[in-house]
Amino acid sequence: MTENINKIQTGIENSGVEDATATAIEEDSGWIKSKRYLYWTSMVLPGVPILSAFLASETGNGLWLWSLLFAWYAILPVLDHFLGLDSANPSDELVEELGKDRYYVYIMYGATVAHWLAIIYVGYTIATVDFSWFNILGASLSVGLSNGLALVAGHELGHKVNDKGQVFAAKVILACSGYGHFFIEHNKGHHKDVATPEDPATSRFGESIYKFVQREVPGAFRRAWELETARLHRLGKSEWSFSNEIIQPALITIAAYTLMLAYFGPIMIPFLAIGAAFGWWQLTSANYIEHYGLMRERAANGRYERCQARHSWNSNQKASNLVLLHLQRHSDHHAHPTRPYQVLRDYPEVPALPYGYPTMFFVSFFPSVFYSLMNPMVINWAEGDMNKVNIDPDVKDEMMKRYHNPKVAKAA
Amino acid sequence: MKKYECPDCGYIYDEAIGAEHEGYPAGTAFKDLPEDFPCPDCFVREKPDFVEQSS
Ligand SMILES: [Zn+2]
Repeated sequence: MTENINKIQTGIENSGVEDATATAIEEDSGWIKSKRYLYWTSMVLPGVPILSAFLASETGNGLWLWSLLFAWYAILPVLDHFLGLDSANPSDELVEELGKDRYYVYIMYGATVAHWLAIIYVGYTIATVDFSWFNILGASLSVGLSNGLALVAGHELGHKVNDKGQVFAAKVILACSGYGHFFIEHNKGHHKDVATPEDPATSRFGESIYKFVQREVPGAFRRAWELETARLHRLGKSEWSFSNEIIQPALITIAAYTLMLAYFGPIMIPFLAIGAAFGWWQLTSANYIEHYGLMRERAANGRYERCQARHSWNSNQKASNLVLLHLQRHSDHHAHPTRPYQVLRDYPEVPALPYGYPTMFFVSFFPSVFYSLMNPMVINWAEGDMNKVNIDPDVKDEMMKRYHNPKVAKAA
Repeated sequence: MKKYECPDCGYIYDEAIGAEHEGYPAGTAFKDLPEDFPCPDCFVREKPDFVEQSS
């Protein structure tokens, strides 16, 4: 597989390429092109809570409302396990060809509409049909998961800052869970500070997800607000203006949530609050595992080295890569933040998680299990030199004492 | 008026156009941009990384 990828990267038109490799590449580009239709998943998944709300009201069985939650944490990990890894990488020619194809952008526009429909339709259903509190919780969490997927699509759209249409769609879809500040914080903040102790969206070695979220959510918002304020001041405007791109999507959220509250009643308060919070939790989960413990080295002048492929955790599982728009090919995303999802590449020798993101999200609920899985991998990544690891300062002494041993690497 | 290209994403800073959205109006000379000016498309390259384009 590795060899195959290397050949693709060196260009497929080399005269010396054997027939077998040529066939493999043809199969690969066939698969890459057929994924064109599989990306409809991004519009179909928000259809799951819609369909399940419909079935719940038709059959009277409120357990249907849990569907998307079940699909995410139970079905997708199983699919990942059986469908395995996606060895196909687009060639330079395909990157050129598919990267420009607007078709893939229209799917994101479709997803933007579908995610709002999911919130509205499920909200309408629980407001008009009598379900138990337990199943209303299921509906809220399912919409929360859908909101998490909306953040993935919003992430994709929000990187395309030179395209007004995509930026507008990013604001609309990020507003699903009231997280419109994300594209500013992520593009200008996270991408700049990634894998450093300064980044609120990079998790530290020995930091549980429950501790991380308390640093991440407020830290990300503060950074977004500062960046946006600085931009508006350069323009000679106040941060309290309609030009503020944090306020714009916030107004979409406030307007939509207020209308739902007015039409569907007070049940919308817990429903929308849980849905938004659980959407944020999905983003927190992704941020938690994407750079856990990894740290860029600091040069003598105090500047961090440029973000390298080795500073992100990747997963190359076929199923979850489709659902997550290749977000799991995370090293390539950080190398080329504007590269569209359909042409992101996997690289051999990049840090790889043992499972796809959905499974890892579930594992991260249990810090001791997460540590037992990931800590040895981080130590191995740093070759036993814990000075190279981004460690939570609260446990730093303990972790240094327990794991620091740079000689291990040299002996091996 | 000169042009400078981001080596990562291909964005071109054209002095005649500036980067309005980021608060650098048309006509802003490249040399007047702050040293930490990030590429307004990819945000992972800064002013010193930009390559002047031969016209
Ligand atoms: Zn750039």
